[in-house]
Amino acid sequence: MPDPTGLELIAQDLGKAQADCVLGTHHAHGQATIEVAPATIRATLARLRDQGYRFLSSVHGVDYYPHEPRLGVHYVMLDMEALDRLTIKLRVSVDDPRVESVTADWPTANHQEREVYDMFGVVFDGHPDMRRILMPEDYEGHPQRRDFPVGGEPVLFTRDGASGRDYTLGLDNASTVIDASS
Amino acid sequence: MEIVRREKLVPGHPPDDFRIRQLQARDMLRGDMDEEALERYVEERVVTTTVDRAVAWARGNSLFPMTFGLACCAIEMMSVVGARLDIARFGFEAFRASPRQADLLILSGRVSIKMAPVVRRIYDQMLEPKWAIAMGACCSSQGVFNNYAIVPADKFMPVDVHVPGCPPRPEALMHGVLKLRDMIQADPKAGWRERYEAAGTEEIVPGA
Amino acid sequence: MSDVDYRTLEESIELSHVPTAPTVGESGQELLTLNMGPHHPATHGVLRLLVTLEGEVVRDLKPIVGYVHTGIEKTAEDKSYWKVIPVIERMDYLSYYFNAMAYCGAVETLLDCEVPKRAQYLRVIHLELNRIMSHLVWMGTGCLDLGAISMFWYCFREREQILDLFEMSSGQRMHTRYIQVGGVFEDIPRGFDQKLREFLAIMPRRVDQYLDLLNRNEIVLRRLRHTCPLDEEALLALGVTGPLLRAVGNPWDLRKAMPYSSYDDFEFAIPIGTEGDNYDRFAVRAAEMKESCKIIEQALDGLPEGPFITTDRKVALPPRHELATSMEALIHHFKLVTEGFRVPPGEAYYPIEAPRGELGCFVRSDGSSKPARVHMRDPSFVNIQALEPMVKDSYIADLIATLAMLDPILGGIDR
Repeated sequence: MPDPTGLELIAQDLGKAQADCVLGTHHAHGQATIEVAPATIRATLARLRDQGYRFLSSVHGVDYYPHEPRLGVHYVMLDMEALDRLTIKLRVSVDDPRVESVTADWPTANHQEREVYDMFGVVFDGHPDMRRILMPEDYEGHPQRRDFPVGGEPVLFTRDGASGRDYTLGLDNASTVIDASS
Repeated sequence: MEIVRREKLVPGHPPDDFRIRQLQARDMLRGDMDEEALERYVEERVVTTTVDRAVAWARGNSLFPMTFGLACCAIEMMSVVGARLDIARFGFEAFRASPRQADLLILSGRVSIKMAPVVRRIYDQMLEPKWAIAMGACCSSQGVFNNYAIVPADKFMPVDVHVPGCPPRPEALMHGVLKLRDMIQADPKAGWRERYEAAGTEEIVPGA
Repeated sequence: MSDVDYRTLEESIELSHVPTAPTVGESGQELLTLNMGPHHPATHGVLRLLVTLEGEVVRDLKPIVGYVHTGIEKTAEDKSYWKVIPVIERMDYLSYYFNAMAYCGAVETLLDCEVPKRAQYLRVIHLELNRIMSHLVWMGTGCLDLGAISMFWYCFREREQILDLFEMSSGQRMHTRYIQVGGVFEDIPRGFDQKLREFLAIMPRRVDQYLDLLNRNEIVLRRLRHTCPLDEEALLALGVTGPLLRAVGNPWDLRKAMPYSSYDDFEFAIPIGTEGDNYDRFAVRAAEMKESCKIIEQALDGLPEGPFITTDRKVALPPRHELATSMEALIHHFKLVTEGFRVPPGEAYYPIEAPRGELGCFVRSDGSSKPARVHMRDPSFVNIQALEPMVKDSYIADLIATLAMLDPILGGIDR
């Protein structure tokens, strides 16, 4: 991982190349993160590629509810020569969750951006195939947002003491359970 | 080495059952048995039963499971086919991939909402008589994952045997399959068919 | 119920508004779109492939995933950190120790918790055993796809031995929740050492026996050699790691490059291939099994004494005998079992080398006792994108062989 000084140098380079690009840096537990403005992501990743970070490891989304802007997208870059790992993160709000897609430069982001769209609703402009990938195509809602309920169904039992029904003889012949111990 | 045959019964030593049967068979084959003994011999060896029970016996002993592995339980299902816990000793090694040729659907793994219509379609494509085993906790009752993405199998298809476990040991799956076999041989209508007086299932196409 | 006439239903579907894909391929034959799966004997799980064929040649391929999406990441947000481990293990269901390791590593990073040396070595032993087991299942099912059905039984015979070892150390064959935050769940029992050494004595020879069966088999060689190669540039652009990348000649392995959990204490080689075709992918994994045996042997020989889990009582349960004598131990136990430990706010990404590639776990904590976000960067999810460039313009039989050598695990892809 780049150490704090290395991280600051990278952030400075990015800031010099494009103003208002870097919104902040964070270094904790040996891991380096740079927060960038959403509009500059493609250029930022291209500049990092020139600096040696030629492998895009992971693109994943985070919901920072209740802190605004809520939806974050993390890009984990890896430099295989210098053995450094750097996370670039950007945050967009739920009202306008549009980010430029980096799939054209980094083909690995194809499925991963689709997953972020499916789970969080971040739309990636310029993605060749912006569809849901994990949920059914016609599903409504973005499941991994923090305000989406976990869901689940009550477990079906033949003799259901809690609801007082006994379905042993069929759905039509449901009888009532006299008491829980019978 | 000399082989000593016990041709004569030695007094004080009762003959063993196998030897008696052997001598009887020899007599019968040579035509040396008299009428009564022959009648008794035949009666002891002929089983009379109804056609239903004979067919049920045959069906139970020759289930063709379908290769329907969904998730982790599929690996344990593969272990059942493996050499240590050999499902072939019971006659169930012919796993067919085509639903038209299989009669046992072992639902092994978690059924997601995207997969549920597919599972139902495949179950409907199987020909009667057919049975379903829900292997593992996830397909029986959502298991560890009670959330938006998983459907318990009982919601969309009838299941005959539920095998608990996460994943169930191959021995547990074996126990479940043998329980199903006993059920088929004893009373094929037991379970949901009797409960709902159903002959089978029908596929309902939405919007039709 | 009314008679459903599928024919009229199908004929009534109007497709004139859908932009048509090219109907004629390069050599003038008609293009046929074939749907493989999600229920198919050769798709290693519920993978659906939309294959556009021109005769027997694959012109286009679209994988459709999501048929075993379990919402694991969402479920994990609902449970305390300790209870997430069984849930997260069921993701990539053949490499369950790796899932738990990546997650526990991320949480330990956030906690700044130190894992004792003995626990690290025990983790390495079990991780490498899991790697061998995963490669055995791959080899068994892969050869099953190629038609070499006997391999299935041989590989599962070894797998049963490994599962016996897992059962010995943790009580479960699969999804053992042996790796916990701060170390491992329990120390290895008496007899484990001996049984493991017996296994290690036979395993390398068994791999040689398998290779004897397959390496000179004309059919296996013809199906695997020079089929569906993909160059290193394309693989790196697609984010592919693991044996697929090593088959091309790039020796990238996180165990050597960015070692974690005492991997730098052990001496082992990284098998790499030259051409990147299916045969190299096969050979790399087979050689990795032998290297894993070496690592386990070294770890077993050098297993240090010490605690098997961190002694920080705020993170790990105190040993049971202390509960009878120490009030603090009782309180810690109660707090840990009911609420769980709290992790200071932060984000961490912890990558490890799983049998299929780089498995990374991203954990974001907001200070409470439940994680705010858990994401697993699964190697199969990224590797499956490489299937299309690999099989383009190859025969459909090569598609089956490549899918077998790619080793996708749908549980990891769909999570």
